[in-house]
Amino acid sequence: MENYNIDEYADITDVVCPMTFVKAKIALEELDDGQIISIKMNAGEPVQNVPRSIKDEGHQIIKLLHNEDETYQLIVKKVEDE
Amino acid sequence: MAVDYKALKNGGFMRQVQKNRFSLRLKVVGGNLTSSQLQTITDVAEKYGDGHVHLTSRQGVEIPFIKLDDVEDVKQALKDGGVDTGVCGPRVRTVTACQGSAICPSGCIDTYPLAQKISDHYFGVELPHKFKFGITGCMNNCLKAEENDIGIKGGYSISFDKDACTLCGVCVAACREDAISIEDGNLKLEEGKCNHCGRCVKSCPFEAWQGESGYIVSFGGTFGNMIARGKEITPIVKDDETLIQVSDAALAFFAEHANPSERFRVAIERAGWDELTSKINAVIE
Repeated sequence: MENYNIDEYADITDVVCPMTFVKAKIALEELDDGQIISIKMNAGEPVQNVPRSIKDEGHQIIKLLHNEDETYQLIVKKVEDE
Repeated sequence: MAVDYKALKNGGFMRQVQKNRFSLRLKVVGGNLTSSQLQTITDVAEKYGDGHVHLTSRQGVEIPFIKLDDVEDVKQALKDGGVDTGVCGPRVRTVTACQGSAICPSGCIDTYPLAQKISDHYFGVELPHKFKFGITGCMNNCLKAEENDIGIKGGYSISFDKDACTLCGVCVAACREDAISIEDGNLKLEEGKCNHCGRCVKSCPFEAWQGESGYIVSFGGTFGNMIARGKEITPIVKDDETLIQVSDAALAFFAEHANPSERFRVAIERAGWDELTSKINAVIE
């Protein structure tokens, strides 16, 4: 899935584990089913753990983009619970 | 009657500065105690000690201020409450472990059953000098594997399922060894750079990376009077049976080459790392 339009942005670079995932989860809850969010996160622990945790919540990971300032943008599609 | 301090020490009773007072070392495996064992320890510390316990540097518990006259009563009270006494002196000591994969999300191996198995095999075995096993579940190394005579560290031998991969790039960012890259729409692994940390497996949102648990073993670590880091001299060990055979070979080497009161590391340095490596590898192959 290379073509996507980003509906929302979130930034979790200002918090540390476990608040990284909490903040991402709250941002995802604001979205409608099928909307796409770009979540900015730091290298290291957040990028190791947050994508997997978001996937485990049932959402779809589309892409991880590496920014020039050593942060990342995780592109996620919201999947509403049944 | 003369007091046999050596026998007391061998049984975990260590002489204190205070006359006729002993600090009793208890047997703890992998840092785990049940609440009922803790209650027993509490009761003994209150009745026979001075109401406090000491947590040792290697996950042990000691009850200080035991009177010489109470030694047998204390042993019985502990035994009745399911608590064993520890050991000091020239033998295999407490086997330490982190919580491992049963509790910790970072864990690559199930450390506690392994600690029990190692302890059942070796705890108290007499050798030229003290001998320590330590087990840590992953590369984060909370249990400091390389400070032990034999250190065991959990790791993954990894494999990749191309069909499950979406090229999302998470593993590229998670790998700290720069072993994974995406080039021209293909994922590339440089196996020589992989340190078995398993971060690709743990981070992948699509289970495209799979990890087979194994043991990264280090030998000859010591962190007391002499400080030396244990060395990895063998390939990753894949199963418990081989790990026990490797440990048997290491202990036999120690018993054969060490002078009395000489640590494993010193014996290895004199007899030669090549000699130890060939003994260990003979078991693995």
